[in-house]
Amino acid sequence: MSFWMKYGLKKSPWVFHVNTGACNNCDIEIVDCLTPRFDVERLGVKLVGSPRHADALLVTGAVTAQAKPRLQEAYRQAAKPCVVFAIGACACDSGIFMPGYHMVGPVDKVIKEIDPNAIIAYVPGCPPKPEAMISGIVAALKAI
Amino acid sequence: MKISPKKPVLAIGPLHPLQEEMEFFQLTVDGEIVTDIDVRIGFNHRGIEGISETLQFDQVPYLISRICGICSASHPLAFVQAVEELAGVTVPDRARYVRTIINELERIHSHVLWVGLAGHFIGYDTVFMWAWKYREPILDILEKITGNRNNYGNVKVGGCREDIDDSMIPEILKELDEIEKKMDMLIKAVLDDPILQARLKGVGVLTYEDAIKYAVTGPTARGSGVPIDVRRDDVYAAYGELDWNVIVQPEGDVFAKAVVRLLETMEAIKITRQALKKLPGGPIAVEVKEIPPGEAMGHTEAPRGETFHYVRSDGGNRPVRHKVRAPSYVNVPSFKASCVGANISDATITLASVDPCYSCTERLAVVGRNDKVICDGKELLRLSRARTEQMKKQMGYKEGFKFE
Repeated sequence: MSFWMKYGLKKSPWVFHVNTGACNNCDIEIVDCLTPRFDVERLGVKLVGSPRHADALLVTGAVTAQAKPRLQEAYRQAAKPCVVFAIGACACDSGIFMPGYHMVGPVDKVIKEIDPNAIIAYVPGCPPKPEAMISGIVAALKAI
Repeated sequence: MKISPKKPVLAIGPLHPLQEEMEFFQLTVDGEIVTDIDVRIGFNHRGIEGISETLQFDQVPYLISRICGICSASHPLAFVQAVEELAGVTVPDRARYVRTIINELERIHSHVLWVGLAGHFIGYDTVFMWAWKYREPILDILEKITGNRNNYGNVKVGGCREDIDDSMIPEILKELDEIEKKMDMLIKAVLDDPILQARLKGVGVLTYEDAIKYAVTGPTARGSGVPIDVRRDDVYAAYGELDWNVIVQPEGDVFAKAVVRLLETMEAIKITRQALKKLPGGPIAVEVKEIPPGEAMGHTEAPRGETFHYVRSDGGNRPVRHKVRAPSYVNVPSFKASCVGANISDATITLASVDPCYSCTERLAVVGRNDKVICDGKELLRLSRARTEQMKKQMGYKEGFKFE
């Protein structure tokens, strides 16, 4: 990545939220980050309505067979470079739903099928607290 | 699902900025009027009933508290009630009260969450931000009691896992007073707001007859004048010993559902306060040694309606069958009655008014894209019959042939 690409990615990361079979828990904690107590918008993190506007995808939930093509499509549509955040234990390694017959694997496996060089960051927890999500986003952006 | 190609179809989903989960609505429209509506779900199907049958009775509550992150106290409670009925266990008094407290705190946070999201859906973000701000202290109390903000994991077969420390009670009561003041302010601000009244009154009406016909439960039914509540009709936990009211509104529109939910938060605060003051001493759990063969069911009033769990045991340490029926399963189809004939701009808030939770509801997965592969009930029936035919052929079955 060039200097300007990194610079653009780090400043005010806009995020798009993809639920791929989560239990709503991580999702409400993501929305919690945007509401007054945590209010990440003051740091420039904004939830957008389309992956085409997003610098990062916040993916929650173990990926189900039916959600897999939709997640891959959302990743294809996202402007590159794009950071994928696997939020929650399910997104990181399928978690408690691993034995399910309908699971196609954790988020990193599904994303790497279409882009082996994808940047993936992990925020474990069930659900991760909003503080953990914010520190995960900061850590990932620092590492770039 | 057959929709005539001549009619314009409006698609909402699967990844829509307003929705938290993946779901797909098809609205057939005539001008701006919705003439038909259909939903396709299955994106969140995780096969929980199947996984549950491979786990032990002690492990299942942890799995099913993750059916839905917002109802993560009511689902395990319904399951353990079924298992306790099976094992013939009487739960200690203190455990019954602790369960009541956690379930009611969950109801407050879920209803306030809905009010915020409803404000967001109609573009009134002030309500969204205020409601979610007032929801935080409730999550703090839950974190204090159980150790987690959302997945409490506090119920086990025979009682509770974590006790409420007696030294915490004055502190929690003080916080409840603060929450009550703020909620009172929020309720008055929301219900007296002329914009919200104009926007929500008379929108998405679900009549009493339709509510009965679609067998809706919870605040959706109570907002249409159907006075059902599992907490009162089939008393569980400590609800029978506390003083509270069932809130019923006859109008059936979105505003009535908002009124029911907001007033229920006040009732929930009342129940929690009484339960904390009356909290009896003693143990919080009894040991359950054996679960005999048999079947049982348990149901609780989740924030969205009646949650139903059926458990069958063969005397081993695992359920051989575990069936879950979540409230959204009956509430979601009621949009056929409430959405048709409405304006497109009212469709979203009408769909949201039942507080749908698709991760609870998913029963069947259909994999396909761009309408190429769609598997519905008829298709499944056809597949099932075709397989029987095939097996008949393989076994050389002829008309009149009898198996020896």
